[in-house]
Amino acid sequence: MVAKPGLDGHDRGARIIARAYRDAGFEVVYSGLHQTPEEVVQAAIQEDVDMIGLSSLAGAHMYLFPRVVELLKEKGADDIVVCGGGIFPEEDIPKLKKAGIKEIFTPGTPLRDVVQWVEDNVNPRSS
Amino acid sequence: MRLRRIELTLGTLGTFKMGIAERVTSGDIRAVARLIRDIDDKVPEAREVLKDLYPSTGRAYVVGITGAPGVGKSTLVDQMITHLRKTGKTVGVLAVDPTSPFSGGAILGDRVRMQRHSMDEGVFIRSMATRGYFGGLTQSTRSAIDVLDAMGKDYIIVETVGVGQDEVDIVQSAHTTIIILIPGMGDDIQALKAGILEVGDIFVVNKADREGADRTVSDIRLMIEMDEKRYRDGWKPPILTAQAVFDIGITEILDEIEKHHKYLTSSPVRQSRVMYEKARNDLVEMIKDRIVHEVLEEIIHSGEFEEVLQSIANRRIDPYTACDTIVSRKLKSGGK
Repeated sequence: MVAKPGLDGHDRGARIIARAYRDAGFEVVYSGLHQTPEEVVQAAIQEDVDMIGLSSLAGAHMYLFPRVVELLKEKGADDIVVCGGGIFPEEDIPKLKKAGIKEIFTPGTPLRDVVQWVEDNVNPRSS
Repeated sequence: MRLRRIELTLGTLGTFKMGIAERVTSGDIRAVARLIRDIDDKVPEAREVLKDLYPSTGRAYVVGITGAPGVGKSTLVDQMITHLRKTGKTVGVLAVDPTSPFSGGAILGDRVRMQRHSMDEGVFIRSMATRGYFGGLTQSTRSAIDVLDAMGKDYIIVETVGVGQDEVDIVQSAHTTIIILIPGMGDDIQALKAGILEVGDIFVVNKADREGADRTVSDIRLMIEMDEKRYRDGWKPPILTAQAVFDIGITEILDEIEKHHKYLTSSPVRQSRVMYEKARNDLVEMIKDRIVHEVLEEIIHSGEFEEVLQSIANRRIDPYTACDTIVSRKLKSGGK
C-alpha cells in the first residue's frame, strides 16, 4: 500500500511509485491524500498488505512514520514492513530506521532500486 | 481472584484455538482480510474454511454497482455507506480494479474515495484486482462476498471495474444491480444495449447537473420500454438522477434498493427462482474455475504447457487438437 499520511498534498511522487510497482507486477493499494496514521493502519489491515510505503514531503515524518509502526504493533500487525520516501533532513534518517522504518528512499533514487528493494526484502506472507 | 485467573487462561486458550471460520464469524478483521487474500491466491485451505462458513452466509443483502470508468461508482458507494451507517446498518465493500495485462500488477484506487470510513468498525472495505486470465475474478469475488456475509455485514456493495462482458457475471452475484451512467454517453448506451443494460435493476444517471442529463434519462427509458421481457415480471427498472459528489439523490437510490428487495422477497416463487438461478451460476463458475485451475496447474508445472504453446505459435499443431489432448487425458485420469 502506498499511503500519504498527514496534511501534505503533494502526491505526484506517491503516484509514480505506485505506478512503478504496478509495472513490476505488484498489486498496489493507493490510500489517497491526507490520511491519519490510524487510517493508514486500518486500511493496511483490511487489505492485508505485505508492505506500507509512506510518502512525506512536508516535514511531519518524525511523528507520522513512527506512529504508523507503533499502531501496527498495537494491532498485532507488525509483520507488515514499513518504508518511507520523500524529503528528509539527513540526521532524521537513522532515527526513523531506529523507530522501525525498514528503509528510507530519498529524491534521486532510481525507481528500479525502489522496486528491487521490495523484491529482496519483503517476503509475501505464507498463511 | 483465583477463579478469575482460570477464566482468563481458558479465554486465551479458546481464542488461540479458535478456527479461522469462528474468527471470521465473530468479525475478526485480520482473519477476514487474510482469508480473502488466501481465496484470491487460491490457497487450498481457504476452500475448507469457505465450506465451514457457508452455513453462516445468506443473510447479507448484496448490491452490485457497475458502469463505465469515471462515472462515479466509488463516490456513489462512499455516499451510500454514509447513508446506510446512519440507519445503523453495517456495510462491506468489495471494490474491483483491473489488473495490467502486461505486468500482472494493479493499482487499486477505489479506496481513495471511501477512506473517511476506514476508522468505522461497521465498515469493511477491500480492494481486489481482476487478475486477468482464468476467470478467477468472479470466483474470488463470489467467495469474498460469502466471507463478508459470514462476518455479519448487513449490506455488501460490490463495485466492478468498467463495463464489459465479465461485469455481467459479477452482477449475477448481487440481489440488486445498479448501472451508473453519465450524460453525454449516447453512443456508449448503444454499445451497452446488449450486455449490461439487460441486467440493471436500477439505473442512475450521475453527474446530472451536466448538460444532456434529460436526454440520457430518456434514452435509457426508451431502451427499457423496448425490452418488454425485462419488466413483464413486475419490476420495471427505475431511472434516477444523482450528483454523488454533492450527496444528491442517494436517499432515492437506497429507497429503490429497498423496494427491489421487497419485490424479490414478496413472491416465494420468484425468490426461489432467483436463488436457483444464482446457485446455477455460482456452481457453473466454480466448476469451470476448478477445472481450468487443475488442468493448467498440472501442465504448467510439468512444462508441457510451454511446449504446447510454442507448437501452436509455430503452427506445428492446431489449438483444437492440443485442447482435446490435454482435456481428455485429464478427464480420463479421473481428475487426479
